[in-house]
Amino acid sequence: MIYLRLFWEFFKTGLFAVGGGLATLPFLDRMVETTGWFTHAQLADMIAVSESTPGPIGVNMATYVGYLTAGVPGSVIATLGLAAPSVIIILLIARALKAFRDNKYVDAAFYGLRPCSIGLIAAAGLLVVKIALFHFDAYKLSGALGDLFNWKAIALAALLLVLTRFVKPLKKLHPIFFILGSALVGVLFSF
Amino acid sequence: MKQLWQLFLAFAKVGVMTFGGGYAMIPILEREIVDNHGWATNEELMDYYAVGQCTPGVIAVNTATFIGYKTAGVPGGVIATLGVVFPSVVIITLIAGLITRFADIPAVKSAFAAVRVCVCVLIFNSVLKLWKGAVKDKAALVLFLAVFLLSVFFDISPIVFVLLCGAAGILFTKMGVRGK
Repeated sequence: MIYLRLFWEFFKTGLFAVGGGLATLPFLDRMVETTGWFTHAQLADMIAVSESTPGPIGVNMATYVGYLTAGVPGSVIATLGLAAPSVIIILLIARALKAFRDNKYVDAAFYGLRPCSIGLIAAAGLLVVKIALFHFDAYKLSGALGDLFNWKAIALAALLLVLTRFVKPLKKLHPIFFILGSALVGVLFSF
Repeated sequence: MKQLWQLFLAFAKVGVMTFGGGYAMIPILEREIVDNHGWATNEELMDYYAVGQCTPGVIAVNTATFIGYKTAGVPGGVIATLGVVFPSVVIITLIAGLITRFADIPAVKSAFAAVRVCVCVLIFNSVLKLWKGAVKDKAALVLFLAVFLLSVFFDISPIVFVLLCGAAGILFTKMGVRGK
């Protein structure tokens, strides 16, 4: 029963993803390997779409995976699965909100969870780097080191890095502008 | 009933106007929840947001559940959450449908190949940004490196890391290595 499995996978994601934003990425990454519902390349595309459309990224990505896996009902079920643990947990602690936030064990656990969440996101990001900046398939076929690097992609990455980190007026721009700009570059220079 | 409907609409608005979630959401929450409806004060809103960050799950969903619950009990919590995810479900389903249909066109393929490059840079930037707030001492650095290296080289579920690091956080705090 695909719907049940979908709900369960996203329930787990909602229960263990801590920190917001891209925190669900490592879980989706894991889903690529354990379920085969979508590919790493599709996951990278999902991030781009989720960052450039309205709505929280985690919710957008869940909807996207759900749709790819089981159509429109899938997108609803995956999203509900993601939200369910939050709703349950929040309703349980809502009465003792202050006590929860000030609890020293909760605080101590989150002291360990924050670096964990970043480590997981960074590791998942590395997989996107692998498919976006390198040609591992071509390299395996030819064995020539020159074939390993996707030079056009690396040049674009360097340019984007400079633009987003060092050029003052651009640093604050919303990611959507960089995503759309990259799409245009991709079409013009046939990536 | 009217209040539930208002909650749904208000949070659907928050969902539609939030690009990316997280901090981007705060000014929109302030306008809808504090100014327009008076469901919470600014201070309460920041409290909810803080708790939303230190409970598992998507921050926007956590915050919506809290405010909904406070305004109209358990049904309120559920309805507010449905409201905040509603725009995503509609918009993403439409876009995912379009992309799946046009994915084989060469220009679309080229566009996405370049967009993936951009995604690498965006992830890198957001890791750097998160880093500043989370890795402030040696013990946190050790946890970050351990999780990063182990999950790059081994096939381990992120759930395992989350459970272990939560425990490690408590252990490190008890041992007094935190902040050093």
